[in-house]
Amino acid sequence: MGQPITVTVNGEQRSAEVEPRLLLVHFLRETLRLTGTHIGCDTTHCGACTVLLDGTPVKSCTMFAVQADGQQVTTVEALAAGGTLHPIQAAFKQEHGLQCGFCTPGMMLTSVALLEEKKDPTDEDIRWALSGNICRCTGYMNIVKAVKSAAATMNAQAAVPAAAAAVRS
Amino acid sequence: MAVETPLKGVIGDSIRRKEDDRFIRGRGNYVDDISLPGMLHMAILRSPYAHARIRSIKVDAAQALPGVVAVVTGELLTQHKLAWMPTLSGDTQAVLATDKVRFQGQEVACVIATEAAIARDALPLIEVDYDVLPAVVDPWKSLDPGAPLIRDEKEGQTSNHIYHWEAGDKAKTDEAFAKADRVVSLESFYPRCHPSPLETCGIVADINSATGQANLYMTSQAPHAHRTLFAIVAGLPEEKIRIISPDIGGGFGNKVPIYPGYVVATAASLLIGKPVKWVEDRSDNLISTGFARDFHMRGEMALSDSGQMLGLRVKLLSDNGAFFADAQPSKFKAGLFHIVTGSYDIPTAFVEADGAYTNKAPGGVAYRCSFRVTEASYLIERLVENAAVEMKMDPADIRLKNFIKPEQFPYKSATGFEYDSGDYPRAMQLALDKLGYKELRKEQAEKRKKGELMGIGVASFTEVVGAGPGKHYDIVGLRMFDSAELRVHPTGKAILKLGVKSQGQGHETTFAQIVANELGIPAADVEVQEGDTDNTPYGLGTYASRSTPVGGAATAVVSRKLRDKAKIIAAHLLEASEGDIEFDQGKFFVRGAPSKAKTIQEIAFAAYTNLPDGLEAGLEGVTYYDPPNMTFPFGTYMVVVDIDRGTGQVKVRRMVAVDDCGVRINPMVVEGQIHGGLTEGFGIAFMELITFDEEGNCIGSNFTDYLLPTAWETPKFETFETVTPSPHHPIGAKGVGESATVGSPAAYVNAVIDAVAHLGITNIDMPVTSDKVWAALNEKGAAE
Repeated sequence: MGQPITVTVNGEQRSAEVEPRLLLVHFLRETLRLTGTHIGCDTTHCGACTVLLDGTPVKSCTMFAVQADGQQVTTVEALAAGGTLHPIQAAFKQEHGLQCGFCTPGMMLTSVALLEEKKDPTDEDIRWALSGNICRCTGYMNIVKAVKSAAATMNAQAAVPAAAAAVRS
Repeated sequence: MAVETPLKGVIGDSIRRKEDDRFIRGRGNYVDDISLPGMLHMAILRSPYAHARIRSIKVDAAQALPGVVAVVTGELLTQHKLAWMPTLSGDTQAVLATDKVRFQGQEVACVIATEAAIARDALPLIEVDYDVLPAVVDPWKSLDPGAPLIRDEKEGQTSNHIYHWEAGDKAKTDEAFAKADRVVSLESFYPRCHPSPLETCGIVADINSATGQANLYMTSQAPHAHRTLFAIVAGLPEEKIRIISPDIGGGFGNKVPIYPGYVVATAASLLIGKPVKWVEDRSDNLISTGFARDFHMRGEMALSDSGQMLGLRVKLLSDNGAFFADAQPSKFKAGLFHIVTGSYDIPTAFVEADGAYTNKAPGGVAYRCSFRVTEASYLIERLVENAAVEMKMDPADIRLKNFIKPEQFPYKSATGFEYDSGDYPRAMQLALDKLGYKELRKEQAEKRKKGELMGIGVASFTEVVGAGPGKHYDIVGLRMFDSAELRVHPTGKAILKLGVKSQGQGHETTFAQIVANELGIPAADVEVQEGDTDNTPYGLGTYASRSTPVGGAATAVVSRKLRDKAKIIAAHLLEASEGDIEFDQGKFFVRGAPSKAKTIQEIAFAAYTNLPDGLEAGLEGVTYYDPPNMTFPFGTYMVVVDIDRGTGQVKVRRMVAVDDCGVRINPMVVEGQIHGGLTEGFGIAFMELITFDEEGNCIGSNFTDYLLPTAWETPKFETFETVTPSPHHPIGAKGVGESATVGSPAAYVNAVIDAVAHLGITNIDMPVTSDKVWAALNEKGAAE
């Protein structure tokens, strides 16, 4: 009854035989023991289970694991590449964008996807992009601040190699 | 006393949170993240009916499903005397239904299986034969003499009435009303809502059948109290019970009670000899666990013609659901609702409360609130708004006229509280200034001429938080003290162990700051531990904004105890007399000679290596702190709304919040708490609702129906502070976690009423949804 799948999770190929009904979030949490992805509502509303599927935020409680076969999944565990915090992680801490921490992984991943698309998002852009991720603790004020701060950091980081390239040319 | 570099991370510093490092990496450890070898999974079969007699339960088919290990019913629990359990209010609650089901979603049977999915697969295979009975949904009708008796199993229970409770002076209050120029009244319903922390409730129960050791990993806001209750409910020896409350994904009161799922999972682990995990899904959480509010209130205020408040009379009916399972101090059947005189110097008041059983979920918890303070604050602030409307007074002016004056503190309220400190006019003035109140009133007048609806809402709340003192306040007999144990290691690093338990409030940072302030050990060097009953001193837990008032006070006191001992050691090291030793920011020195100081780190080392004769080794201590009084945080909130006459949609344009919670330990964390509370208050005011149809079907059983505020509609908040220290708290702090949820709903609703009162609309019950606003406007011919 198991169906073989291979999913690239955080850059690593992971193969397993799974029940067709197994949700992606359960595949991540139970099969792979990546427990940073949380379950908050089961109905696609809260976004605690948000992961990136080929770079796009998806709610992993509303996808079957078999639907991710052959694709790339990124979870919170991959954000700090090589041990260095991603700017969004650093900004969430610096701006007090989290309290209980339960929504935080999903919030950060949705934010990362937003910042890939929009380098300089407005408050409204951020609030709209995050409107599928519920936070019960922070009232969103500091989350919005954190995303803006991460954008500034990422833009500054991008500007450094660009400036270096300009000097070279 | 000069110390060149000020110590960082003391009280008043917005240092970044220590706990964040794991959360931002996805390395938190919540109950559902725990997986033990051989662990089984539990799912709960719930009643589809609000009221029905159970004729029979057949479990054979479920039991036969491969992977199912056991099916637990009330009958099995009865054999172990576990079918019923005591509630936090001295009532009883069915663990699994035996005779009747009394609310939709009630626990009927549990399946334990090798996989969570199999446990769920087995649920529909359980055959329950129900004889459906009429459901009692309306608490008023529930008290009718002919109403079906919900709690027919209770000896001597002949009606659905639970309690009658009074506070204040009836005769004196009646007299004040008889003499008053004016009486303003308000009928108000504070509807049922739900804390809905993003993490649902759950447990991993792991009982070792050889040793009897019970390790219970639970979503618990009160692990020590829960350990004692488990000992009493399940008859387990308390020394064998270890409750571990790991990271908690929000609580807001929802994780204070003991739920049937915890009890069955524990019993199952005991009987089967393997770990058993149960984690609610969202519907489980919304339909069966601790709801909040559900108070039907009638308030009357006696006033003079000049707008002086002379008396307050309140009658309320509490809809408690099928079991009286409110989480509140045992002597106070309606919680601390009698704080209802609020911020005003009202000479006399009388409050009477009755509770009714209905066929609804049990467990009135205080959703981010200190035991019904929210309902009280809402009622008085709505009543004052309506008084202002009727008396044609400005809502800020009527408040300023009637505030308890700064010089009246400590102030004895008409219902018996002694307010510790306050400066209400200052907070109000700051809010008026920051909002630009006068200009907005002019704008409103201009808009009104054009037929546009704009409102300015004002609410000036006073809370009562930080229970005990223990002689007045207890939960099922357990006095409401709290504790702190501080161990300073030889290298000067410390571990602080607390009886309270964070659910996101940032204890690991802020309590370390108290130690830094009092003892001079940098906050970074103080590891804060909570939630493991084997490893922390006994305490009553975190709810009702009591962590800083009680646990924080305990932390300061135990730090000072150690400081006293450190002075003895310093005197020994400096060859001076103890009385001559002074302390400043982690350094101990002889008065007048700060250059020859010993650091707390040096003293800590000496505590294990170089002690004066006769002094015990070590630098450790524990304190159980029983506060002399509650703390009384306060503030003024102001909201500006614009209302669309075509749709009834209310748009919150501004929200200015001035909070006074005494001394702020970490202003960043305090502001974060306020943001969160203002958002939950916004949700309650405009969106969040659990209601029932006539058959008792729960409407609001998932996030499609139970609406939570998202980033999109949540207002942007403007937060400000005044600081009026608590005179009795060791560091002058008051609780703050709940102020904004308590104070803000009335501000939001008052803003709506302020926009429409001139049309003759004086009340719209929460949640103030567009359809209700439009209907109210339409009735007055003012809708478009």
